[in-house]
Amino acid sequence: MLNKNQIAQRLAQELKDGYYVNLGIGIPTLVANYIPAGIKVVLQSENGLLGMGPFPMDGDEDADLINAGKQTITTVPGSAFFDSAMSFGMIRAGKVDLTILGAMEVSELGDIANWKIPGKMVKGMGGAMDLVASAKNIMVAMMHTNPKGESKLLPACTLPLTGVNCVKKVVTELAVLDIVNGSFKLLERAPGVSVDEIKAKTAGKLIVEGDIPEMLF
Amino acid sequence: MKKVFTSAAAAITDINDGATLLLGGFGLCGIPENCIAALVNKRPVNLTCISNNAGVDDFGIGLMLQQKQVKKMIASYVGENAEFERQLLSGELEVELIPQGTLATRCMAAGYGMPAIFTPAGVGTEVAIGKEVRVFNNKAYLLEYAFDADFALVKAWKGDTDGNLVFRQTARNFNPLMAMAGKITIAEVEELLPAGSLNPDHIHTPGIYVHRIFQGVNYQKRIEQRTVNKPDE
Repeated sequence: MLNKNQIAQRLAQELKDGYYVNLGIGIPTLVANYIPAGIKVVLQSENGLLGMGPFPMDGDEDADLINAGKQTITTVPGSAFFDSAMSFGMIRAGKVDLTILGAMEVSELGDIANWKIPGKMVKGMGGAMDLVASAKNIMVAMMHTNPKGESKLLPACTLPLTGVNCVKKVVTELAVLDIVNGSFKLLERAPGVSVDEIKAKTAGKLIVEGDIPEMLF
Repeated sequence: MKKVFTSAAAAITDINDGATLLLGGFGLCGIPENCIAALVNKRPVNLTCISNNAGVDDFGIGLMLQQKQVKKMIASYVGENAEFERQLLSGELEVELIPQGTLATRCMAAGYGMPAIFTPAGVGTEVAIGKEVRVFNNKAYLLEYAFDADFALVKAWKGDTDGNLVFRQTARNFNPLMAMAGKITIAEVEELLPAGSLNPDHIHTPGIYVHRIFQGVNYQKRIEQRTVNKPDE
């Protein structure tokens, strides 16, 4: 079973040289710590920055330089600033190669729910609906089950949707799965996790073909 | 042409009860601190505020919420504000949550003289309820209208006496878009310069969009999430 950092580490293997990438809040943010050596990836922050760098050194923080999670950050050589319309313009136009975000539920059709729980305080969707409606390649980093032990990989989402037919890949503490033709296709198991456990914790349609390898790190 | 005002209070003097306002900023980054302070002082009520966020309890739009000046909030994300939550749950405050890119593009449309735009954000979700859907190249889009706001309140880094504006880093965010979208746009700047001081090639918002400008004072520029690396890490 993977911890959150290992989920991020596995997702980082999906990055390719030259990718422009938007990372959501939570586990996706950790992906930036595992960018493979020798490739250049440009991180987009939807509040108006391409080329997001690490947190500043203590004392160097600047109130005018934050990421979409409102954290103080830095630029890198080659960074560019722009306004919010251009930011979502480049997202809408498909210029961002990969978006990784968290989710409360994902369906076997690639629908995602991650912004609202009825009966609880609704904080808003922020940029998530724009990202999932437009990005070419959307991956989800999340736990396989909710705190009650119920599967988050479902035949259909029960929570209000953020977007439909958009998620391509899901990485959880148990497995890597692609979403193809209305099913979760099991690609890899976390070290020490059995296919039976993944089957038991996946409520949506699951395709298991042949031997499923363990993830490599 | 006289665009320069001596203070925030003078610049917002005709913002009255029931006005619709666009307020720049993302979180607390690049918000029009001086205009908000002046509105808190003048106390117009029944305001409709369009802004990406609603501030925090004791800063930004949160200060106007404390005084119950806001009737309706249109935003994309409204966490980090207990008074906001209380007014929402008690029904005192009306809230419309819209996708962040939709918010930005509805401002852009207003500034570009376009009545509406099509965006895929929210298709198939509750955001789409009641909206016209059009299909282009086999993909569905929602019709979203340009904002129609009485005033835009924006904050820039530098500005000149002709109203030209330059923003700094991620404090740009919604500010240039809202500046274009207001019927009357009021810009507060950290540094107000004589016309001709700014390089015309470096101007983000041309002064034609800015009706009033003033030198802001006492900027707090609060940080919501101070995240740093320690030297030994």
